[in-house]
Amino acid sequence: MGVVDFLNRYGDHLMRAIFVHLQYVFISVGAGFIIAFIAAVLLSRVPRFSKVVIPVLGIFQTVPGLVFIGVLFIYLGMKPITVIIALSIYAIFPILKNTYTGIINVDDGLIEAARGCGMSNFQILYKIEIPNAMSSIFSGVRMSTIYTVSWAVLAAMIGLGGLGEFIYRGIETNNNVLIIGGAVPAAILAMTLGYGLDLIEKKVTPRGLKGGR
Amino acid sequence: MITYKNVCKKYDDVTVVKNLNLTVHDGEFVVFVGPSGCGKTTSLKMINRLIEMDEGTIYIDDQDVNKIDGDQLRRGIGYVIQQIGLFPNLTIKENILVVPRLLKWSEEKCEARVHELLELVGMPYEENAHKYPKEMSGGQQQRIGVLRALAGEPPIILMDEPFGALDPVTRENLQDELKILQKKLHKTIIFVTHDMDEAIKMADRIAFMYDGKLLQVASPEDMLRNPADPIIKSFMSKHVSTLENQSLDLKCKDVMSTDILLITEQKKAMEIMSLMKQKEMNWAIVVDEEKTFKGTISLQNIKKQGELTGVAQDLMDTKAETILLTADAKEAFNRLMKSRAKFLVVVSENGKTVGIITKSIITEKLANVVWGDLDWVL
Amino acid sequence: MAMRFVVQHLYLVCMACLFTAFFGLILGAVAYMFKWIRSFILGVVDVLQTIPVLALLGVIMLFFGASSTTVIIGIVLYSLLPVVRNTYTGLETVDPGVKEAAQGMGMNRWQRLFKIELPLAFPMVFTGIRIAVVTSIGIAVFGAVVGGGGLGSTINRAILIQDMDTLMKATLMLMAMAMVFDFGMSIIEKRLQAR
Repeated sequence: MGVVDFLNRYGDHLMRAIFVHLQYVFISVGAGFIIAFIAAVLLSRVPRFSKVVIPVLGIFQTVPGLVFIGVLFIYLGMKPITVIIALSIYAIFPILKNTYTGIINVDDGLIEAARGCGMSNFQILYKIEIPNAMSSIFSGVRMSTIYTVSWAVLAAMIGLGGLGEFIYRGIETNNNVLIIGGAVPAAILAMTLGYGLDLIEKKVTPRGLKGGR
Repeated sequence: MITYKNVCKKYDDVTVVKNLNLTVHDGEFVVFVGPSGCGKTTSLKMINRLIEMDEGTIYIDDQDVNKIDGDQLRRGIGYVIQQIGLFPNLTIKENILVVPRLLKWSEEKCEARVHELLELVGMPYEENAHKYPKEMSGGQQQRIGVLRALAGEPPIILMDEPFGALDPVTRENLQDELKILQKKLHKTIIFVTHDMDEAIKMADRIAFMYDGKLLQVASPEDMLRNPADPIIKSFMSKHVSTLENQSLDLKCKDVMSTDILLITEQKKAMEIMSLMKQKEMNWAIVVDEEKTFKGTISLQNIKKQGELTGVAQDLMDTKAETILLTADAKEAFNRLMKSRAKFLVVVSENGKTVGIITKSIITEKLANVVWGDLDWVL
Repeated sequence: MAMRFVVQHLYLVCMACLFTAFFGLILGAVAYMFKWIRSFILGVVDVLQTIPVLALLGVIMLFFGASSTTVIIGIVLYSLLPVVRNTYTGLETVDPGVKEAAQGMGMNRWQRLFKIELPLAFPMVFTGIRIAVVTSIGIAVFGAVVGGGGLGSTINRAILIQDMDTLMKATLMLMAMAMVFDFGMSIIEKRLQAR
């Protein structure tokens, strides 16, 4: 079966699956970002916690996304919110960890200079710390986005659509066309989003922060 | 005027600054010096309250710094640190304007200020304003660091080992520039260093700290001649051969510099300028045919005049003082200190102009005699 | 929770990591030695990691069927990145003075690589392998879907029959595995770095 045939037969279905998939990704990463960003900023106000925070985050990151989906599925049932909450939780960790380390690692000299210039704590945060942690924050968002595309495939496991539907059904019925029909768009989706984020990062990073420091 | 009054600072049980009392006058360049851990940086940072004191107070013009909001206080005091700390996410211009923008200056005023400041250190606006810090050398970066501290027009600048991370040549240049800037702008500067050479070169007065205590406050010359404590003596003489006050027998002859440009009264402005350019000097001494001292002339003087047709006689400044070749160096000192003159012209017994003594020359020569050859000597 | 699945899981991870370490080292060294292929290798391993795991496994399954081979290949492809990148960076950042000294002693390119540069870069390579192992433990969970078994089977079943107890046990088991490997290997890593 050629690509054209495939699209004729599954085109509508595929578009819907991509749309659902993207929805999962954007909502989860968005929600995860907001929570993670606020948490990271708050945590960074108490740097002595860092010895505890980073390892704990590392441990949580070893929990497979499948488990979050599974647990929430058992409690909340087969609803889209189950997938979104699970993916959001999973999206939190890389962003939280990167934002936190990014802020913590901003050169002490810069902070002292900023304070010496008479910036308030809040001004130091948004004028100095966050801009200088930006590349770290971006790589956290990128990681989360790519993971989320990957874990969103699992939504199909509990019957909630997305590109995983093609893959799962393909595997179950031994239908190679369906597997490829789900896998290739999922791969392209992940790469495109990753590439897109790279582009945005390049656009918004001031020249002074680019390249080796 | 900055006044420390019984200032103490403790970390846990260790007292790092013990009952500090010191007054720094307006326009004065005071250098805190001492070995690491002596409390000099802490003393500096208590002025702008980057470090809070435990006891006592610091007054700036009779105002207790503890009664001013910390951020507001710091916006009114320039601050330069060793790590330079230019913000890599901001351009040079934005870095310079950090404080003016915090002070909510108008855009036109900000713009004018950046132009003015870059010009002050001879860095053309077009070339530099839109660069980022990492596109500049360390020395250039610290020039901008100093400009950033000056930008908000603070009367006081605090400098915490500002040139410590630079290579020796760059450091030397920046020291010279800072000295010139201070003369021009009359800022009150408090400067921390562990380098005695730097302290001697820069300071109007040196405040020597050791183990949290202020051991001596004196002009570089006084401290060199009469260190109040053996610790100071040993700290000043790290790379020293002989000690003892041979300096007391020094004559002007021994301390003067003969690297001067003599011109006759009838030289035309144009000629003088080209002579100055050749010798890379921006001033000259005017004499008659007998080499008798008549006056001094600076490049500025000539330029101020506008037209270049005048002769030395009309352009020169006759206020400069002279001193005899055979006079005691000590006398030269005292006169330089008292009269606040920039230099003395040295004349021989038969009235010929032979050299010049400036404050920095005499300090360096003295140190040279006291301790042998130091690497910073001219 | 059958112990069988734990063993199976460990088997998948260990097999995969042996291959990952082997190929990762080679690819990293090749990327270091041959400039013309460098960005290709580094680019490809980077892209491999952006592909969703299930999609990758599904495609490999087309060739190797529903088997542990599929899972192992999948894990290898997915966890190559840290090993390749660390090998390359490790080699690249060997003190140039040492490299020059080796050259000055008359070693040729390969002798330098094997006798000097790889041993010096090894601590960093090892860090890459540690990251790969920890990642693999998580990736292997997907193996169940393509017939590879392991703790993924336990978790899948537990979710379907809504057995919270087993789900938690399996999860804790996974976390414990990840932490033990991470901790154990980081101790070795510190020893290596201390040398």
